Amino acid sequence: MNMQIAITGRGGQGVLFLTRILTECALKLGLEVIASETHGMAIRGGSVISTLKVGSYRGPLIRSGQADLILALDEGSVDTYGHLLAPQGGLILNSPRSRTSPSIDATGMAAAIGSPLMANLILLGFALKLKKLFCDYSLAESVTKAISPERFKETNLKALQIGYSFSNPEGHR
Amino acid sequence: MKKILLGNEAIARGLLENGCSFAASYPGTPASEILSSFLQMAAAEKSPAIGEWSINEKVAFETALSVSYAGGRAAVSMKQVGLNVACDPLMSSAYTGVKGGFLLISADDPGPHSSQTEQDSRMMAMMAKIPVLDPSTPQEAKEMIRLAYQISEEFEIPVMLRPTTRICHSRQGMALEAIPDPSLASGFSKDPQRWAATPRYRYTLHHQLNQKIEAIATKCGQDSYQRILGSSKAGQCIISSGVALAHTYDTLKELNLEDQIALYQVKMPYPLQVQAILAELVPFEKILVIEETYPVIELQLAMRSRIQGRLDGSIPPQGELIPDVLVQSISKFAQIPEEKKGLSPGKARRPTLCPGCPHRAAFYAVRQALPQGIYPSDIGCYTLGLNLGAVDTVLCMGAAISQAAGLYHAYRMKGEVPAIVATIGDSTFYHAGIPALVNAVHNGAKFILLILDNSTTAMTGNQPTPGLELLADGRRGKAVAIEDLVRASGVPSLTIIDPYQLEEITSAIKEADKVTRSQNGGIAVIISRHPCLMTPGAGKKQPSYGMEITEDCITCEICFRDFECPAIGLDQESGRARIDANLCSGCGVCAQVCPQEAIKRI
Repeated sequence: MNMQIAITGRGGQGVLFLTRILTECALKLGLEVIASETHGMAIRGGSVISTLKVGSYRGPLIRSGQADLILALDEGSVDTYGHLLAPQGGLILNSPRSRTSPSIDATGMAAAIGSPLMANLILLGFALKLKKLFCDYSLAESVTKAISPERFKETNLKALQIGYSFSNPEGHR
Repeated sequence: MKKILLGNEAIARGLLENGCSFAASYPGTPASEILSSFLQMAAAEKSPAIGEWSINEKVAFETALSVSYAGGRAAVSMKQVGLNVACDPLMSSAYTGVKGGFLLISADDPGPHSSQTEQDSRMMAMMAKIPVLDPSTPQEAKEMIRLAYQISEEFEIPVMLRPTTRICHSRQGMALEAIPDPSLASGFSKDPQRWAATPRYRYTLHHQLNQKIEAIATKCGQDSYQRILGSSKAGQCIISSGVALAHTYDTLKELNLEDQIALYQVKMPYPLQVQAILAELVPFEKILVIEETYPVIELQLAMRSRIQGRLDGSIPPQGELIPDVLVQSISKFAQIPEEKKGLSPGKARRPTLCPGCPHRAAFYAVRQALPQGIYPSDIGCYTLGLNLGAVDTVLCMGAAISQAAGLYHAYRMKGEVPAIVATIGDSTFYHAGIPALVNAVHNGAKFILLILDNSTTAMTGNQPTPGLELLADGRRGKAVAIEDLVRASGVPSLTIIDPYQLEEITSAIKEADKVTRSQNGGIAVIISRHPCLMTPGAGKKQPSYGMEITEDCITCEICFRDFECPAIGLDQESGRARIDANLCSGCGVCAQVCPQEAIKRI
């Protein structure tokens, strides 16, 4: 199993937490994994990206046109990092209105449950529903449960579930 | 059992697994998490190992070095430009040598992503004549610490580990080993000819250092490079180190070039066993050296006719060697057609001060009070005062104050002095601002100094400063107050203000300008004090107002263009400014900015 994934967004949207969940999932499956993260000044609201390579890779960065999947927490980040996507790769977007890609209004749904910062887990739940990842929902759920800080555990799991239960009216696959 | 660790956590774990008893650091991206992880892991494993956030890298280096002088295993970690600050003890300690294993971790930032330069610490190791190890993955970074301590103790020499951003901030699964009791200090043995050597004995120490580095090349050089891909019968080879090696490895496999190009990894770029490597390279017609960021290996392999790299432009002479760059260089080297270029990366969104950031209010006040001023600034979150037009220079840690003094002297000679408003953060003030302030006072400079005191080292992840009682390991220490240091420096005028009181701080800045221009005036210091909202718990301690923009808004754009609050933007439907409740911190400062009084508390 070789899979190259980019997780993109703005600093503060929880890109790092999704990266942690997915690397732990790969470890649980006994897969090799290496992931690169953005820290430092960019996390003050700037563009951030994590790249995650599952399988027989040595370096953590993804070359243009090689990403199998991009999880975008912010539409603007697709303009910044969309060039990484492989021609046959999948893009899953947090947006209230996209028509071209599978999308979910994760920010709106997260605000509706009173936790706007949980959009990241809603997007992950949706990606799991679309079966675009190397792992399945139950594994991601158990990892989320294991690594969430106690006070966010319940809300995190709820957000993951909301994303997973979302049915996409546009019927994208 | 394998565990996923961030590169910096892997380094911290490696230190503990190899008996490091003391670690010191000053925070700086990409190295910051090494010390905090070291202390967290030590506490979790009930290890007696200790550590500290030092006031700057020079002090961190000297403190950790002395633990080694006394026989204990020690480490100091910093970012690459931090090593510039610690360069003095580095050069000298290479001569004196060490007793307990002493590891210097200097994290480079090719790109650069979060630094003033993309300088190569391996070059500093070469200049100091100490060995440097260059890991290509987080796991390797952890493994190399064993060898680093062995070399350090056997040859009594400081050893450098040089990770880069992509090692520090990459996550990987790796096996953990047990954490032994730390190797504690056995006691300091007096030896003045060594530890307090005068120039005459320094010559002897230099001679010994040269012998050590030659012996290290002979003993460890052979193992420090190896072929990891392809065959020695291939016509061409690539020599690489660090994370560039990892990306070269992936690229060669993707391009199916394993048979055509052999790949060698260099784990210790200095000292190289040059003759042995050159002998190994004889069969290859063409050789490409791929390394970040300066040509350290390349310069040592003096075989110009066959070796390509940074020096002849086969590898771009600046910038991070990301896979997109490597694929072009390697295709050219292998003489295969370059892939058609796909889309280019789009413009990245610029970072901004957070909603509710006290620095925003302070910078806005500076612009309001003295719009024609010159604004030297410094290194930290508040560099983002650029976005508000309130930052004119950013040189290096502490330079805001010396540059303000220099600008004053420059204009004094001209005969008319504009308003000069220097801004510096609290952590940066402690780090390198204190000598600059004493110097400016002593030499009669006149300017306004705004110390942006948010009671934390915010940019690098909210590490404590010397102004707090909290220490790195959670113990209580003695807080050293900024105002005491300012007064003791002989500054004639000092005011302390919460920048959330916008009108008050604006008039204080105007008043300070008068002070600097008065007959007996000098430097006027304003401590702009309000905690960073990213400090855990800080946001809860202040009132949070629900804010709304009423129909009185005339879309003057001051609140989101000049004040630059990321929680405010233009609402396309109403044509007025709109507050995003998800981003708004409820600080209420914007209400003081709006000239129409259209921003109200709900």
